[in-house]
Amino acid sequence: MNYLKRLLRVALRSLVRSRMRSLLTSLGVVIGVGAVIVMVGVGTGASADIEDQISSMGANMLMIRPATAESQGVSQGAGSRNTLTMDDVEYLRDEATLLTAVSPVVSTNAQAIGGDGNWSTSVSGVWPEYLDVREWEIASGEMFTEREEKTKSKVAVLGQTVVEELFGSDDPVGERVRINNTPFTVIGVLEEKGTSGRGQDEDDVIMVPASTALYRLAGQQGSGHYVSMIMASAVTLEQSEEAQAEVSSILRESHDLARGADDDFEVMTQAEIMETVSSVTDVLTLLLGAVAAVSLIVGGIGIMNIMLVSVTERTREIGIRMAVGAHGRDVLSQFLTESIVLSLTGGAIGTALAYLVAYLLNDFVGLTTVILPATVGIAFGFAACIGVFFGYYPARKAAMLNPIEALRFE
Amino acid sequence: MNAVIETKALKKHYVMSAQTVRALDGVDLKVKTGEFVSIMGASGSGKSTLMNVLGCLDEPTSGTYLLDGKDISSLSRDAYADIRNQRIGFVFQGYNLLSRTTAVENVELPLFYNHSVDPGDARKAAVEALERVGLGDRLDHVPNEMSGGQQQRVAIARALVNKPSLILADEPTGNLDSRTSLEIMALFQELNEQGITVVLVTHEPDIAEYTKRIVMMRDGLIVSDKQVWDRRAATADLANTRVAAGTVGVPPAPASGPAAVGGESRAVGRDVSEQLSAGGQA
Repeated sequence: MNYLKRLLRVALRSLVRSRMRSLLTSLGVVIGVGAVIVMVGVGTGASADIEDQISSMGANMLMIRPATAESQGVSQGAGSRNTLTMDDVEYLRDEATLLTAVSPVVSTNAQAIGGDGNWSTSVSGVWPEYLDVREWEIASGEMFTEREEKTKSKVAVLGQTVVEELFGSDDPVGERVRINNTPFTVIGVLEEKGTSGRGQDEDDVIMVPASTALYRLAGQQGSGHYVSMIMASAVTLEQSEEAQAEVSSILRESHDLARGADDDFEVMTQAEIMETVSSVTDVLTLLLGAVAAVSLIVGGIGIMNIMLVSVTERTREIGIRMAVGAHGRDVLSQFLTESIVLSLTGGAIGTALAYLVAYLLNDFVGLTTVILPATVGIAFGFAACIGVFFGYYPARKAAMLNPIEALRFE
Repeated sequence: MNAVIETKALKKHYVMSAQTVRALDGVDLKVKTGEFVSIMGASGSGKSTLMNVLGCLDEPTSGTYLLDGKDISSLSRDAYADIRNQRIGFVFQGYNLLSRTTAVENVELPLFYNHSVDPGDARKAAVEALERVGLGDRLDHVPNEMSGGQQQRVAIARALVNKPSLILADEPTGNLDSRTSLEIMALFQELNEQGITVVLVTHEPDIAEYTKRIVMMRDGLIVSDKQVWDRRAATADLANTRVAAGTVGVPPAPASGPAAVGGESRAVGRDVSEQLSAGGQA
């Protein structure tokens, strides 16, 4: 312990003696460590942003869509088949034990006229439970009731964007809106939701009862009423997968699918949606981190370079130390300590710098940067390894010197 | 009297491209406790090589080297380092002090590598050693701020700090003017009076006159080995030159009447062969 303290003192003293050089040498590690932390932080921030947006879609959400249709081997894209019906939704609501809320979504595009303007928007026919699934609140007025749903009432709840386009800053509750020439009464306004994970404006929407949408807007009659998709909430996030399996088996039963036949629908959990997106951001993070790691290695080579010069320049000093009794390993540990101190100091400054840059990015550039303690730990550990790895060769070179030759060195 | 140094047929050969340089070609030397020996010879005679081998800085090619009666001709690098650290004080011509490092830190250096010494004791020992060479007031000066003579004193203090029984000096006055050389020789004489065995290399005959025994070397061999009949006392000579130059100053070393007397009384003037045979019988 005492020896280590003295070793550290000697190393610090010789580094301070040539402080300009020490500073420039550790600059490579400063930039390397700083870059690794910031770059990984930017990547982590990006995926955190996206995950936030996805979880803002709803709680423990399950998304059930018709399977992809294929026409002569050409895929027609998601939702290109109509396989989900209102009966399925009702069946799910009645049978499923792992779902807390179920709602159909009947999507159409429609022209809305009201207030001072007209606006082309998407109309979603849903059940009142839809708001629970999406964790969406009503800003003013109220959501339609189950009764209004059953009676196919012509009532509408508007998203913030639609309100702005049609009514400006006026309160639209109680006003009339014509959707595809059918008059509706506005009974509520939704809270602002922002942009979805896919970049869509979630507030550009009008919600009406699902039955109203089917019969008055989509023009479908009878029991063959198809819904665009079904949204549901699992009891807990952990039980999402079980709920997914349950939904599948209920729908297979409802669709009368033979054993071994392909599903004619697909159920996605929120976790799966997140995985799809985060696999992209993970690659991004990895790429940014790798670029930064290269700069860290270059910094390490800088340390090796300077330590080699230092060994040559201080050959006499090494000779003197050996002449008065230093062992090879004393010299080895001295030079190794110096390079480790250099890289750790660089690592510490780099970390501080990274926190500063992350703060600036967050507050002034608006780029979410999340610095995880693990990243700092890894970058720091990496810096220490660089100190040992790139310091070992020059240190060993110094330790192998013959005292007589070292003393003769000019 | 037991021998501090005893070498038998000590050889050091350097192989340089085609030819072999025989720097030492069979040296038999015996130095007893309390002796003050100067090794002389022209350059290339092998005196510095001998010094390096005696100082455990270099390994002999063949032959035996007994230090304090123990054969150390074939030890590991680390064992040599420990001997240099604890049993021998070495003084170089070029001082070999660490630059930009204070006198006291330079003197502490050997203790840093002696793991049995506590850091607090190291500082005390270093200060004591510097006081012993008359530099108690220069503790925190760095080599650049000191004269050559002062730097050599720091180097001697560094050689003394581990309390060795043997000090080896390779041309310690080679870089110094004659008066400073005298001061350094006075210091060596004083240390020798305190019981430390001193062996130094020099090519200046007047420096050798201050030692008790002169060994001449040529072509890697000892060609003569004589006791000094009429040893000079450096302190006295120093006082004389001061008077002659009209300068007034306090001699750095305390009065050394005993040094002069002791030196002369011990100058018994035996022949080389007698010396060696006497050593063999002992």
